[in-house]
Amino acid sequence: MSSDDLALMAHLMRRAGFGATRDELEAYVANGYEATVEDLLHPRDRGNLPDDVIRRYHVAADENLSIGTVKWMYRMITTRCPLEEKLTLFWHGLFATSYFKGNQARTQMNQFNTFRRHALGSFRDLLVQLSRDPAMIFWLDNNDNHAGAINENYGRELLELFSMGEGNYTEEDVKECARAFTGWTIGNVDYMTAKGLKDSFSPYGRIAWHYEYVPDDHDDGQKTFLGETGRFNGEDAVDIIVRQPATAQFISRRLFQFFTADEVDEEGEKVVEAMVQAYFDSGYEIRCVLRALFTSPYFKSEQARFARVKAPVELVVGAARLSGSYREPTLDIDAVQAGATFMGQAIGRPPDVSGWNEGDEWLDGGTVMERVNFAAKEIGDVSKPGIRAIIDRLTTDNDGVLSPGDLVDRCLDLLGPLPVSEETRDSLTSHVAEHGDLHLAGRRQGGESEQRVGELLGLIAATPEFQFA
Amino acid sequence: MSSNGQDRALVLLQMVGGNDYLNTVVPYSNEIYYDARPSIAHEADGVLKIDDEVGFRPGLEPIKRLWDEGKVAIINGIGYANPNRSHFRSRDIWDTALPEAVGTEGWLGRAIRDLDPKGDNVLTGVNFGRGLPRALACKGVPVASVGDLETYGLFPDMADESAKKLAVEVFSRMYGGAQGKEAVMGFLGQTATDALRGADIIRTAPASYSSGVEYASNGIANGLKNAAQVMFADLGTRIYYTQYGSFDTHSGEVMKHDELWRDTAEAVGDFWDDVTEHGLDDDTVVFMFSEFGRRVRDNGSGTDHGSGGVAFVIGNSVKGGMYGDLPSLREKDLLEGDLHFNNDFRQTYTTLLQDWLGLDAPSIVNGQFETFDFLAN
Repeated sequence: MSSDDLALMAHLMRRAGFGATRDELEAYVANGYEATVEDLLHPRDRGNLPDDVIRRYHVAADENLSIGTVKWMYRMITTRCPLEEKLTLFWHGLFATSYFKGNQARTQMNQFNTFRRHALGSFRDLLVQLSRDPAMIFWLDNNDNHAGAINENYGRELLELFSMGEGNYTEEDVKECARAFTGWTIGNVDYMTAKGLKDSFSPYGRIAWHYEYVPDDHDDGQKTFLGETGRFNGEDAVDIIVRQPATAQFISRRLFQFFTADEVDEEGEKVVEAMVQAYFDSGYEIRCVLRALFTSPYFKSEQARFARVKAPVELVVGAARLSGSYREPTLDIDAVQAGATFMGQAIGRPPDVSGWNEGDEWLDGGTVMERVNFAAKEIGDVSKPGIRAIIDRLTTDNDGVLSPGDLVDRCLDLLGPLPVSEETRDSLTSHVAEHGDLHLAGRRQGGESEQRVGELLGLIAATPEFQFA
Repeated sequence: MSSNGQDRALVLLQMVGGNDYLNTVVPYSNEIYYDARPSIAHEADGVLKIDDEVGFRPGLEPIKRLWDEGKVAIINGIGYANPNRSHFRSRDIWDTALPEAVGTEGWLGRAIRDLDPKGDNVLTGVNFGRGLPRALACKGVPVASVGDLETYGLFPDMADESAKKLAVEVFSRMYGGAQGKEAVMGFLGQTATDALRGADIIRTAPASYSSGVEYASNGIANGLKNAAQVMFADLGTRIYYTQYGSFDTHSGEVMKHDELWRDTAEAVGDFWDDVTEHGLDDDTVVFMFSEFGRRVRDNGSGTDHGSGGVAFVIGNSVKGGMYGDLPSLREKDLLEGDLHFNNDFRQTYTTLLQDWLGLDAPSIVNGQFETFDFLAN
């Protein structure tokens, strides 16, 4: 098992998931890169705890957004289908629907479930499901979109932010798109929207919303949309949208940015082209687009490594996966969600319909401190199973005697592998050297030599390099 | 002290969740108030009367005291056109001074940038709380976010002080090294180094603090006490920001609103006494505000989101009195069923930025707005 193989696999797992422990990485490498990519693209092992079992550990207050999203965080931490969860997060960021308008947690969690179900499949199906999603309908006012009195909001954002991007359609297209989606609304819409807007849970609590199609309110007249003419309904409009080269470009580019690099350089453009091709060849399957991405030489190259600032959720979930925390869905997982919120990413509450601003926008004086403190605390804790596993591995190296340089290098390797700059490595080694060689053989559990390792691991989690994925 | 606005401090307290205007500044002689609020109206007897129309709710005694000393400006009917009744959206609007679009720069972030254009003092603006409120966010402008002054900084969970010190040194070396690098890594190094510098400086504040004032121990008292400690440590901080809540009293308002305001008023009173004791009362102004008011009608046990609200501006330099107009409670005068705002919040912002901090307001609040004259010159 070469160090290159491990580094590449770690990169894949950071991108296609939320990172992996050394044990997991070795298993993936033994399986092979291509095979691992296929496993990610075809999630089969659904040994994840089902929702009703999670509820036995956790508070069953599904009307509360924090509780619902905490359960999703637990899934992210323990999933055996990491790409599926990571993609769900991607779709949530892209089809950004925020809690604050409708105030319906249950409905919002249903939306996330829809994203998960359709994450890897047909983009066409996903867009149709999105158009039927009550949280989205309300969020973009499609419940106010009536035959003869259209509301353009959903029609516009569908084209601008969810499929094609500005400049690839006309204002007329926006109107025709809106017309196609008239009648796509919510059951008992007046009552439900009044409750939502007033954020009132009296007198019957918050009731989950449902999609309802009202044929009488649907404008079934002739429409000319993106150059085609017909009596289009919403599904027809989606069919036309997904056929467009602009759509293929847009979605491939967004996937590239999320999974590969915040910036698309010249080489990256070529990968996007390959993804566009896969999109059409496969009949709009996201699975195939991602295969083209993950198997591209660019994705596997050094250039793509650590080219993204970790989003808060990636950081907290990644740290929890490494430390082996939260194996059970107990109440204290809310620390993970709170952490991500203080770092600027509140699940279920993107700032607006265009989602979160990524890259260096995640970093400011307040968030940097939160990020470093969270990761250092999580990963520096020698009582945690994942950290104990690392200490165990170190103990078998060289009979458990490690020079400062070796200790730093091994820890960087086991936590990553994480390449660091000269300055970072020197800072870590001189710190460790204060107390000389480390002797782990015959160590006492929680004793001084273990604490030294914990402290070093915490410092590695605090490095600038650790902020990147 | 200074006459050119140099050392003046602005302390902002955001009441998160939408504070109920009508149960804070109570129109105790208005029949409609009692008709509309059978479950939660304050009895006229208990109201701390300001004039024969309105008075403060019980519990606001410390603020009434300051009112009697002529130090409180009440901004009635503060809000903005096309009110948004969503917490997050409305807070964003107040934070970015942009009701009609989604902004990314906070008005206070811009103010901090204008107060310290070269970024010489990383503690020019400090938030007392975790995370960075959008009001203070502006790319490239360092702002410290202090959850708890006693434990603020890196590695707060490291019990061993000397180990922590060494760890912080490692951090400093690593991020100092990153500073010289390009693009995002360089930006990260700079940001982290600034944050560390701020933490080192601000850490000294509690140690140098001594006061005769005893604060209560609750969230808002702690926040304001921390602000006082930083203020008296003379670190050059100009903007102090803290939040308290939640004032989102959809249900159980009688008890909740009472508790919230007793804590808040006491904390503000104690803070003001502390500031006075340290001779900084001429150079400090406190601004208390919320993202919207609440419905006129109660819902049986509380109130739902409204729009037109109330704000307080407090200080020696403040010309105490009522500003804005008392909104009418009559059905026909309401805006979409809520109290009609009669002054844009950016007017108050402009007054504070221009008349208190000596800054160019229009570029910060995205437009020209009439000022109030509650800041004596």
